[in-house]
Amino acid sequence: MDVLFDILGSANFWAAAIRIATPLIFGVLGALICERAGVLNLGIEGIFVAGAMTGWLAVYLGAGLWGGVLIAAFAGALFGLLHAFLTVILGLSQHVSGIGITLLATSVSYFTYRTALPDVSSPPRIAAFQPVSIPGLSDLPFIGPALFQQTPLTFLALVFVALVALVLYRTPLGLAIRAVGDNPASVEAQGLSVVGLRVGAVVVGSALMALGGAFLTMSAFDAFFFGMVNGRGWICIALVVFASWQPGKALLGALLFGAFDAFQIRLQAQIGQVVPGQVFLMMPYLLSIVALILVARRADYPRALLQPWTKGQRH
Amino acid sequence: MTIRLEPREDAGLGLKIGVSLAAGLVALLLVAIPVLFAGGSPLTAYGLMIQGAFGSMFAFSETLNRATPLILTGLACAVAFRAKLWNIGAEGQLYIGALAAVCIGSGLLQLPPALMIPTVMIAGFLAGGLMMVIPTVIKQRFGADEVVITLLLNFVVILFIQMLVEGPLKDPLSMGWPQSVPLLAEAKLPKLLPRLRMHWGLIVGLVAALVLWLMVRKTVLGFEIRAVGENKAAARFAGIPVDATMLKVALISGGLAGLAGVGEVAGVKGYLSSDLSPGFGYSGIVVAMLAGLSPIGTVIAALFVAAVFVGADSMSRATGISSYIADLVVALSLLCVLVGSFFLRFRVKWDRQSVVA
Amino acid sequence: MTDAPVLLSLQNITKRFGALTANDGISLDLHRGEILALLGENGAGKTTLMNILFGHYVQDEGDVRVLGDGGLTALPPGSPGAALKAGIGMVHQHFTLAENLSGLANIRLGTEPLLSFGREGAARAKVQKIIAESGLDVDLDRRVADLTVGEKQRIEILKALYRDAKVLILDEPTAVLTPQEADGLFVVLRRLAANGLGVIFISHKLGEVLAVSHRILVLRGGKKAGELVTADADRRAIADLMVGKAVAAVVRTPASPGDVLLALENVSLHGASGRSLSGVDLKLRAGEVVGLAGVSGNGQSGIAGLISGLAVPTSGTMRLYGETVTRADPRALVANGVARMPEDRQHDGVVGTMSVADNIAIEEVRSAAFSKMGFLDRKAMRERATAAIAGYDVRCQGPDAEARLLSGGNVQKLILARVLERGPRVILANQPTRGLDVGAQAEVHRRILAARDRGAAVLVISEDLDELFALADRFVVVHAGELHDAGPSEGLDRGTIGLMMAGQSHARAEMAS
Repeated sequence: MDVLFDILGSANFWAAAIRIATPLIFGVLGALICERAGVLNLGIEGIFVAGAMTGWLAVYLGAGLWGGVLIAAFAGALFGLLHAFLTVILGLSQHVSGIGITLLATSVSYFTYRTALPDVSSPPRIAAFQPVSIPGLSDLPFIGPALFQQTPLTFLALVFVALVALVLYRTPLGLAIRAVGDNPASVEAQGLSVVGLRVGAVVVGSALMALGGAFLTMSAFDAFFFGMVNGRGWICIALVVFASWQPGKALLGALLFGAFDAFQIRLQAQIGQVVPGQVFLMMPYLLSIVALILVARRADYPRALLQPWTKGQRH
Repeated sequence: MTIRLEPREDAGLGLKIGVSLAAGLVALLLVAIPVLFAGGSPLTAYGLMIQGAFGSMFAFSETLNRATPLILTGLACAVAFRAKLWNIGAEGQLYIGALAAVCIGSGLLQLPPALMIPTVMIAGFLAGGLMMVIPTVIKQRFGADEVVITLLLNFVVILFIQMLVEGPLKDPLSMGWPQSVPLLAEAKLPKLLPRLRMHWGLIVGLVAALVLWLMVRKTVLGFEIRAVGENKAAARFAGIPVDATMLKVALISGGLAGLAGVGEVAGVKGYLSSDLSPGFGYSGIVVAMLAGLSPIGTVIAALFVAAVFVGADSMSRATGISSYIADLVVALSLLCVLVGSFFLRFRVKWDRQSVVA
Repeated sequence: MTDAPVLLSLQNITKRFGALTANDGISLDLHRGEILALLGENGAGKTTLMNILFGHYVQDEGDVRVLGDGGLTALPPGSPGAALKAGIGMVHQHFTLAENLSGLANIRLGTEPLLSFGREGAARAKVQKIIAESGLDVDLDRRVADLTVGEKQRIEILKALYRDAKVLILDEPTAVLTPQEADGLFVVLRRLAANGLGVIFISHKLGEVLAVSHRILVLRGGKKAGELVTADADRRAIADLMVGKAVAAVVRTPASPGDVLLALENVSLHGASGRSLSGVDLKLRAGEVVGLAGVSGNGQSGIAGLISGLAVPTSGTMRLYGETVTRADPRALVANGVARMPEDRQHDGVVGTMSVADNIAIEEVRSAAFSKMGFLDRKAMRERATAAIAGYDVRCQGPDAEARLLSGGNVQKLILARVLERGPRVILANQPTRGLDVGAQAEVHRRILAARDRGAAVLVISEDLDELFALADRFVVVHAGELHDAGPSEGLDRGTIGLMMAGQSHARAEMAS
């Protein structure tokens, strides 16, 4: 019990929880936008890798940190465009296309990294984003170090949560995206373009996913490793179901996840002698599975998810 | 001039084979770009790849050796996808099958090879099958998507294997390497030819393909799997037990992936470690799609993918171009065959008559 | 009426799908304030014509012209957006609503700049004004999924009016309504027309067309078969125009009911809405057709599910020949002589990518007739299929043709062959002729009555009262999950059934009608 309170009582723990949650926030938001429009994007795992690699490489080759972020987003958008072309325009299987995008984005990234840096034995480092202080807030006792000493990308993720919620629920664009994921016929009958909305959503969503990857190499760490994404994309796909496709709940889900992960890392440090480390490492995946099982039956899936659309079609 | 699409009434076998061949070819052609980007000559690279995969008896045997687990994971995916059961967890099922082989075959039982080998195989099949039955039951009971669950289980399984080979299953004679105790000699699959790594797992894979082909075409179970996969509602209405059929498919699918694991442990390595498979499970998806989910096609597609990997390794050693080029070919093949499936469904017509604006 | 300006003019519209000419040189004019009925059988080309008008299809020849600022101007083909902008509103047979959104959200969808804020208030005010003027009363803030079918239809009409439609097209709008709800719709349409709207009312039901329209255009086989003013129209003459040649009506001889073969006893089913049943009693006797009437979604699918073996009741008993079969699965029912025809034949009836032979054998594939020791008996399957194709006139390339290539009528014949060839003792015919042309309809009716005369007990579920009156010896009506006996069909009238469909008891319905 003491262990529990020690961990929960440290500002350091909460800061770590938010840090761990950040890539998931980007990923869940990205997946949420795609799925709200009716497109499952299983390319997410590979797009994470592509975002991590391109953002890092751009900075390594001399671009600024924000330039790297933009390039990562652009790389994600490109893979999103490919996924959208295959699934929205050609109407092909979203499952297969997504897996294909993941394999492609991963192998392109690994190949590019190996080709750009053939001779390195240990991964080279860049000067990554550093935590910024927000005047006033960051100096508060406990709350400051717990919540307000993060890198800029974390704050960007939080801004995106608000932005996505605003667009989704307060603008006609958001209305159209929700409608196209529910019944594309409703959108077409009102003179909007089903293809345009879906392609746009998948491209933007994929760009956000890539930012999740970029956070890994430009904020959480300062180098690119093979296998560093390690299933985070898949976890986001599970989390978006858990979050009922709502941005607020997505943030909450990602934070819960981050908190749990931060907790187990600290717990491991304390009782790691007794239980093998892999048990802790398994936790995020098992937790995702449990989350899926708990909510799947009640989940309010976008009704047109996975359904391709051809013009003039009735349902 | 406009392009018009007409739904195709029926795609013939020739067209289906053509699409798969074209997909593989286009994927190979596309990687000329990264090869150039890496400073290599595509023609030289292709030549070296072909030589590396087929250039000698040894090279060809290596390709066949590499194809062995791919045939089995490819079949695992093909049979599941046919029933629209999205098993993306062949990687995990492979490891669990291998684990079962090691548990049974490393001293727990003392049997002569004629009994030991089948026992180990059945154990691996059942263990792998169970690994797929679980997410299928979860899907049926709780409605949770099997894609995400099987994907996530892959990570859980690998960590579980790591834990075992660093802990209870660790070989005390391994000089600290995280690998399991070795299989008994009685449990090992005999080699097909002296001094080459090819083993009886290949025969198992070929027989499995044949059995599956028979099952799909000739048996009631195959009929039911097709009906469930093509139209669940009509199958249910017609009285086919949809859930039970799906569970059978799950068992077969996971079991085949489990056999792939048995083959790698009992035919190649002799022990279990967490780097047993360089992604055979994921490549199995590509193999199945390239094969158009046909069991016989799976054998050919597995050979292609194996040749790409073996050839790329050899080419990489000669030119310094990263062997990730093989992963690129495989990923591109999947996307190309997906695009190809569009042409199986639609006929593209070019209309010369101009449209009045 | 013809003095009013022309709002919409179709000129020589021709549309071909492969060898089929769905619309062949059709022209029509619609005037301000006019309700024009487009009447025709299924497959006459009505829906195709309207889909061209609305830009869902591109015509091969001809023009769609709409009254604009500069007189009648041609619409660019294939653009729903242009049709909307020109003031054409369409209410499809299958609603195009996003069910998870509110009614208001569906109405606003696509009418505002995509990135703008705070326009909801103005939108709501405008919709409420339209509601006040038209009488289309509906709760704008409820999720569409929670609205009744009639309310959803009102949202659809409001969608069009909100965009200041000059022309409103309704495709088979009464298919999903009770007769009383349909009357309510007609009142609204007359009011809208009186305010200057042009309405095109598509239907295959002669009675309602005569009741609501000013002018009637009859389509047959893709061509214009006639055009007449409703007030002068003669019912018989229109019917002949519609069908072309007189189709011999199926003759139903008086029934001689025998033993009860299938019975539902106090059966309740808790399930999704529209499927639930409470305390249902139903007896199907040998040699008798029972007609089940009701507005769709009142429990028909629950009853069909029970008799198909797809649903297990929450309480109560189902008996077949006196034996309890409450938990029987489809295979057990089929093996014991129950024939089941699914409501949605394309979706539940056939596996499109499997062959005709496979689809005929599918219900009995595990029986000795089609398999031995787990292996298929392909020869037996092909023989059965060949016989069925000949005996039931299934038009297809042969036993190996894929079922998805068959037309709706031929799919239904395939299903008839599958279930009737076994000589079933109990038959469930769910919407047996929905979407079929007159010839195929008569064929299906003849087969069902022949089975009855052979001694089968038949339950026909249909939304088409004409069909029920043609087939049924006895009526039952389902409303809100409860089943009410309406007695023998002789002496029953449509009004009584209509009121019972709306929930009134039999006695009160008879008094009222």
